[in-house]
Amino acid sequence: MSEKRCDISVMVNAERVERPVLVRQHLVDFLREELDLTGSHLGCEHGVCGACQVMVDGQVVRGCLTLAVQTDGKHVETIEGLSESGVLADLQEAFLNHNALQCGFCSSGMLLSALNIVRHYPDASREDIRDHISGNYCRCTGYQAIVNAIESVLLKNRSAAVVGVSS
Amino acid sequence: MKAPAFDYVKPKSLNEALGYLKQYGSGAQVLAGGQSLMAIMNLGLAMPEVLIDITGLPGLTDITVTDEGVRVGALVTHATLQHSPVIAKHVPLLWQCVPHVAHLAIRNAGTLGGSIALADPAAEYPAVVLALQATITLQGPHGVRDVAADDYFLGLYETARAEDELLVAVTFPKVKDSEVMVFDELTRRRGDYALCGLAAAFDVSGGVIRAARLAYLSMGDTPVLAPTAAAALMGKAPSEETIAAAEIALINDLSPRSDLHGSVNGKLHWAKVLFGRSVRQLGKSA
Amino acid sequence: MNARMELPATTHDTTQVANGYIGKSSPRTGSKRLLQGRGAYIDDMRLPRLSHVVFVRSPHAHALIKSIDLSEVRKQTGVIGAFTGSEIAEYCTPWVGVLGHLKGIKSAPQHAVAIDRACWQGEPVAAIVGQTRRQAEDALQFVKIEYELLPVIVEMADALKGDYVIHPELGDNICFQRELKTDDFDETFAQADVIVEKTYTFARHTGVTNEPRAVLADYQPADHSLTVYQATQAPHMMQDIMSRHLGIPESQVRIVCKDVGGSFGIKVHVYPDEMATAALSVMLKRPVKFMADRIESFLSDIHAREHIATVRMACTKDGDILGFDLDDLTGIGPYSVYPRTSGIEGNQVVNLTGGPYKHKAYRAKLQVVFTNKNVTCQYRAVGHPIAVALTEGIVDEGARAIGMDPAAFRRRNLIADDAYPYTFPSGLKFEKLSHHQCLDKLMALMDYDGLRAEQAALREKGIYRGIGLAAMIEVTNPSPAFYGVGGARISAQDGATLRLDPGGMLNVLVSVTEQGQGTEAVFAQIAATMVGVSLENVRVITGDTAVTPYGGGTWASRGAGIGGEAVLQAAKALKVNILAVAAAVLEMDAAQLDVSGNAVVDKLTGVVRMPLSEVGRVAYFRPDTLPMDFQSELTVTRHYTPREYGFTFTNGIQASYVEVDPETGFVKLLKHWCVEDCGTILNPMLVDEQLRGGVVQGLGGALLEECLYSPEGQMLNGSMADYLVPMAFEMPDIEIAHVCTPTKTSELGAKGAGEAGTAGAPGAVMNAVNDALQPLNGNVVEQPITPERVLVALGKI
Repeated sequence: MSEKRCDISVMVNAERVERPVLVRQHLVDFLREELDLTGSHLGCEHGVCGACQVMVDGQVVRGCLTLAVQTDGKHVETIEGLSESGVLADLQEAFLNHNALQCGFCSSGMLLSALNIVRHYPDASREDIRDHISGNYCRCTGYQAIVNAIESVLLKNRSAAVVGVSS
Repeated sequence: MKAPAFDYVKPKSLNEALGYLKQYGSGAQVLAGGQSLMAIMNLGLAMPEVLIDITGLPGLTDITVTDEGVRVGALVTHATLQHSPVIAKHVPLLWQCVPHVAHLAIRNAGTLGGSIALADPAAEYPAVVLALQATITLQGPHGVRDVAADDYFLGLYETARAEDELLVAVTFPKVKDSEVMVFDELTRRRGDYALCGLAAAFDVSGGVIRAARLAYLSMGDTPVLAPTAAAALMGKAPSEETIAAAEIALINDLSPRSDLHGSVNGKLHWAKVLFGRSVRQLGKSA
Repeated sequence: MNARMELPATTHDTTQVANGYIGKSSPRTGSKRLLQGRGAYIDDMRLPRLSHVVFVRSPHAHALIKSIDLSEVRKQTGVIGAFTGSEIAEYCTPWVGVLGHLKGIKSAPQHAVAIDRACWQGEPVAAIVGQTRRQAEDALQFVKIEYELLPVIVEMADALKGDYVIHPELGDNICFQRELKTDDFDETFAQADVIVEKTYTFARHTGVTNEPRAVLADYQPADHSLTVYQATQAPHMMQDIMSRHLGIPESQVRIVCKDVGGSFGIKVHVYPDEMATAALSVMLKRPVKFMADRIESFLSDIHAREHIATVRMACTKDGDILGFDLDDLTGIGPYSVYPRTSGIEGNQVVNLTGGPYKHKAYRAKLQVVFTNKNVTCQYRAVGHPIAVALTEGIVDEGARAIGMDPAAFRRRNLIADDAYPYTFPSGLKFEKLSHHQCLDKLMALMDYDGLRAEQAALREKGIYRGIGLAAMIEVTNPSPAFYGVGGARISAQDGATLRLDPGGMLNVLVSVTEQGQGTEAVFAQIAATMVGVSLENVRVITGDTAVTPYGGGTWASRGAGIGGEAVLQAAKALKVNILAVAAAVLEMDAAQLDVSGNAVVDKLTGVVRMPLSEVGRVAYFRPDTLPMDFQSELTVTRHYTPREYGFTFTNGIQASYVEVDPETGFVKLLKHWCVEDCGTILNPMLVDEQLRGGVVQGLGGALLEECLYSPEGQMLNGSMADYLVPMAFEMPDIEIAHVCTPTKTSELGAKGAGEAGTAGAPGAVMNAVNDALQPLNGNVVEQPITPERVLVALGKI
């Protein structure tokens, strides 16, 4: 018995991908197995740890709870694409300088949550930051360095904005 | 844990969706946001024959204000609710609970309809729906029908929705000026399922409680009303004496089971604490 | 929460080389690719003909396997094969987790896949190999196994009672026991003014590494060789074990570590499913991959820390501690884990209880019992969290009994900083610790008096805050005293090979491994400093038994101290050889030269004489221009093992500030402090982050984490939704400070730092909660300190 597949046409990062996908395959398995985009990780496969986070149509979602077939007609952005486009550059530099990663397994998902904060919550306090990353499990850092890194980017953006206004 | 194989259909119209529901019966599961369903399937706890993906159906993503209330389409996501000025203004009890629902990524995909259809007693929305006496709109082969919240939650994951019906909307009454809404829950960690939660709708005027509906989450197989405790508040001012007298009545209303996260006594205790805290809020806003 | 915004001091400036990188908070540039999604974890690997194994796991905690029928499984799409324990045993011999220096320790032989009997829920009982993981999982439903249920031992007390013995041939359910008593014990306790006693319970918990356990075995039949890509901390140990149990000559086995997504001790042990995976590759003559999914992880990753311990402390009425008395019962799984044994954790509790305090009298009794729950073994800080919590808890009880402030009580009793070398009642020897300096620093850092005043003021308003202290000693840089003396083929020495490449860059191979803590980064810092090159000109390679020197790997916080010393010595020797080449070229005396800033320079003036790239060019490509009897040697290897002390101990002290809601029982962590003395600090940022990560892991055990089992031995909360790990919102900011007492046993002077955070955090939190509850007459003695346990302590339920 062969399994059901559906044809999908999806933008993955900058590339249009057209494939017949196994309907039961979730998005992270599709990215990892079919497209060799191994930057998104599986830590639990039941939606709790956040290592699987990717963006679909500009929104952060759990890749393990999204079926690949549901991305038909949509735009999926992964850590690879978001890195190459430069959108994550400030955050990546801050994470590096604050040692906001150790083993790196949570980092892809964590960076996506961080990007969401930078984009949508530019005035977030440290407590707000902790709230916004409360769904991303990190076992190595204890979270403080991650909060520091994200805060540093928010502060940098705020002071740049102020400069922009006054000039 | 890979989900076992299933078939998949994505209807383009409500009728097509209903057709599939009828065709597959108990072998079908409806897929909306998938935030609960996909987790359950990945854990091997559900093995449907077919998933009916309803995210392509038109007309289910609107929030409409009418005289009857605020009608929220089944596919409205938690994130949309969280950022909706309409919900903030007209359904504050719902708006208050959304930040407690899981985490950002889940809220971006999960839907109100999915939550009410699943009716997890530990979820926030079912208690809010019950507290506000919202109306659940179901559509089936025989047409559209409205079910009152009081008649909707029947048992653990069991609702008034028949196998061949789809939940298409939930309508919430608009908050009145005299009403005070308090949502609170106790969780070990932000975004977890609550040990105990309370969605409380009060009507207060002249410094006195005129009406109260208290709906608890994580205290039974469904969201649970506490009518005796609510009755004990009638006509009383929100004082410590009122709270002390009324909270005793909670034991008539609540018979939780112990679970991994709380014993019976623990849950009853927390229920009392949340009760007192919600009534105390009235003292502040009255 | 206080902002901690200042960036740690970093340096990217090559002119800094003269001052050295040791002690600088250089960012781990090697981790940039991890931020870009370009990590290379085992599951990211692709090999031709790669197959996937899924294990059939016993649903029962204890059962005879009456029959296994895999015939239907083998017919399923994508299934390459399905195998029982007997079939796999033809390729992999069983093992017993015992060591000679734990007197009397016993355990039963364990197979890679169970034969005849399953002894814990989750034990592998059959294996299915498929083209994809998905197909192998699909085939699970066709497995037909007939079980006959056996009695289940879940409670430690039942195991001890021994009405039912899990391994009848062993006679009882006791894996290991130990007793010690100092000569003066009876008299001391008989005459003491004050004796306080408490029984503390610690729930078993587990590591929950973000990347689950993963292994990919690739057998090459043509030369009977095996390459195993494994997320392991100890590749050489695994090389030895795979060789012996799979019957492949040692040097024909190659263990390669890719990026590892967190380990903390979980990935240093021998797991039956990983051994089975390797055996299957040999059997099937093709690559086989196994990655535990999260549900499997909870059932099969080692658990740890299940103890019930009664501790007593005797002191004078003036507040001098006289002695400790410990009775510790700990429950492991049905087998002692191989090769490090499941007796070590309890042994550490015995060794370290009472640790930082002056006392002569000590009695300890340890019993380690088998149960039908998952196996347990060493997990970050091994035994220390328990020893510290017991000790610090009873010390606080003593302080309360006498009416002394807990900090003052500790001040009075901590071993003096000048009392070293010092030998404990348990026999352990200590080189030099700094308890008092650390306490001084902590008191200032946290403004102890200010917090006490704040606490008092808030109590008036019905807000209950608590301050808890925990002084600790941490084992690091172990000699063979830990394992080698017991017969384990686990190396306590490590090596580093440094090579100057023709272009002037350094290539460094070290036998210590990397799991994200930054070992490769600090080795680069040491190598760059000691040779005289800039940091960006150093590449470090670890985790490949065919490439690096032979060594022990990462465990017991030994990487920086032991591996670092090997790198330092090799770097010094390489510099000598570089200068020899330069001296030959320049026709100068090498004593007049030095290496700095990627060049050979005049030692006195600093003037550049030859860039290192020129040294490389001549040595490698133009040796014909060098003196006739001169042979260049630009690759140097040195090994190091600690000799003088069995263990290099560090010390520190932590403090926790909490607020307890007496209505709900919820504990809020307001702030945490850690003052740590780990000797020479190689990279302050990395060390501090290790401490923070360790603290949070300890906070998890203190408040959230417990593996819950039914009376039938079923794990009840084996998912991320029900097993609670610390997430960002509930964790406090953690302030760190240091005292520095380098070890004289190495030139580097670095002690270990990886586990100290976890050692002290639970004790500090428990003391803080009990300090908060004191006015309400509440006292918790069970970890994790759940809201329910607080409510029970307060008499509210």
